[in-house]
Amino acid sequence: MNQSIKERVIKILKNFSKKEDVAFDDGTELKDLGLDSLDTVEMVMEVESEFSIQISDDAAAEFKTIGEIVNFITNAK
Amino acid sequence: MKDRVVITGLGIVSPLGVGVDHNWNRIKSKKSGISKLGDEYDKIPSQIAGLVPRGTNAGEFNIDDFMSKSEQRRNGKFISYAVAAAAEANKMAKLGDIEDRTRIGVCVASGIGGLPEICETCNAFEKQKEEFGSRKISPFFIPSVLTNLAPGYVAIKFECKGPNYGASSACASASNAIADAAMLIKSGHADIMIAGGAEASICPLGVAGFAALRALSTNYNNNPEVASRPFDNDHDGFVIAEGAGILVLESLESAISRNAIIYGELASYGMTCDASHITTPSGEQSARAMSFAIKEAGLNPSDIGYVNAHATSTPVGDKCEIDAIKSVFGEHVYSDKFAVSSTKSYTGHLLGAAGGVEAIYTLMALRNQTLPPTINVNNPIPEIANINFVPEFQSHTFDYAISNSFGFGGTNTSLLFKKYD
Repeated sequence: MNQSIKERVIKILKNFSKKEDVAFDDGTELKDLGLDSLDTVEMVMEVESEFSIQISDDAAAEFKTIGEIVNFITNAK
Repeated sequence: MKDRVVITGLGIVSPLGVGVDHNWNRIKSKKSGISKLGDEYDKIPSQIAGLVPRGTNAGEFNIDDFMSKSEQRRNGKFISYAVAAAAEANKMAKLGDIEDRTRIGVCVASGIGGLPEICETCNAFEKQKEEFGSRKISPFFIPSVLTNLAPGYVAIKFECKGPNYGASSACASASNAIADAAMLIKSGHADIMIAGGAEASICPLGVAGFAALRALSTNYNNNPEVASRPFDNDHDGFVIAEGAGILVLESLESAISRNAIIYGELASYGMTCDASHITTPSGEQSARAMSFAIKEAGLNPSDIGYVNAHATSTPVGDKCEIDAIKSVFGEHVYSDKFAVSSTKSYTGHLLGAAGGVEAIYTLMALRNQTLPPTINVNNPIPEIANINFVPEFQSHTFDYAISNSFGFGGTNTSLLFKKYD
């Protein structure tokens, strides 16, 4: 797992999270952060812009955990 | 008692600051809320505005007090002002203690909605649409600019499940929202309504648009504090401003049953339209709006002790309104029992929020039996000769007051408030 990608993803997610006392790690599920569907759309846009990649709506819909986002970015780069 | 509607909460965000008491103290000290705009307005003829003061000191607007970072991202600036003003009114009226949330509704109106957010998104979209299409547009763009997301978001924040909308009528929006709210209470659709207006359209395009209409003051760019001068010979247009003014309206029955503090009564209202020109007022129908409200309340013109004028500091509008007032009140305007002032001399023109902020100043005047001055009047226009335009903060014994709001499209709304004892 690429540490720097993971750190950058967590930094973005911390801005969107509506829950306190959440541990941010590979296995953390996005639903545990309290993101609604609109938050998720915006979060994915931030990830696209941060890593200069494109994420299709279908791929974004599959994201369940932080680790899955990090893996997607690693494979896309 | 459902026929009687009283006011049990007030909340303000204005160029004079955040909070009703803070605003009233600023009025007592006769200190203008108008300031100079930044460099991006240099090519626009009007470079001044009534901006909400921001910061963390008392009376300054700090959005973190009202919204989380995530909420700030998804709401336009006018919505944040609505929420902040509603928070004060909600707290004052102790609405949080009420169990049945279905009997509380929201009518908060905006004249324009999220204009700065439209501009920012449009500029960003133009730069990247060829490459990305809609992919870079925030999913919150539309909900952050829709006028009805002000009442919508206030309802979410304060759990109000009754009627929810804000009919838009330009610079009369807040006054129409307050009248609508009273009608909803009288017709039984709600017992309590959070009502008023919110506006935040100060951005280069917004100012340029009003400047193109030749509606704005342009002679006082280096002396902003004296720019808004209704009833003065050197008035040269209005000063654009932002903020929110929100009231809690409630049936007298409901207010008494829960021992709420009552700040005044909305006795009646009059609504008319010039049906003549989109921007130039005719006067005749603004007079009829006042007369209608007086008649509806079962009063005579001589019962009205104070008019908080719409008077925006435009030569045509100020004169037209004074002539309309004379036609309604006759010789009464010259008596010491009558006064008219324009608090826009302090705040500038809050457009769709003006009627809400001014309704609150009118209620504060009635409750304290004092009158807010018109500042910056050095040479009164001839039309106002021998009429008390309130040059100084003064005490005044009166039971009834009218707050006027007129808007583009020729719309006229007069709210008639009664002192509650």
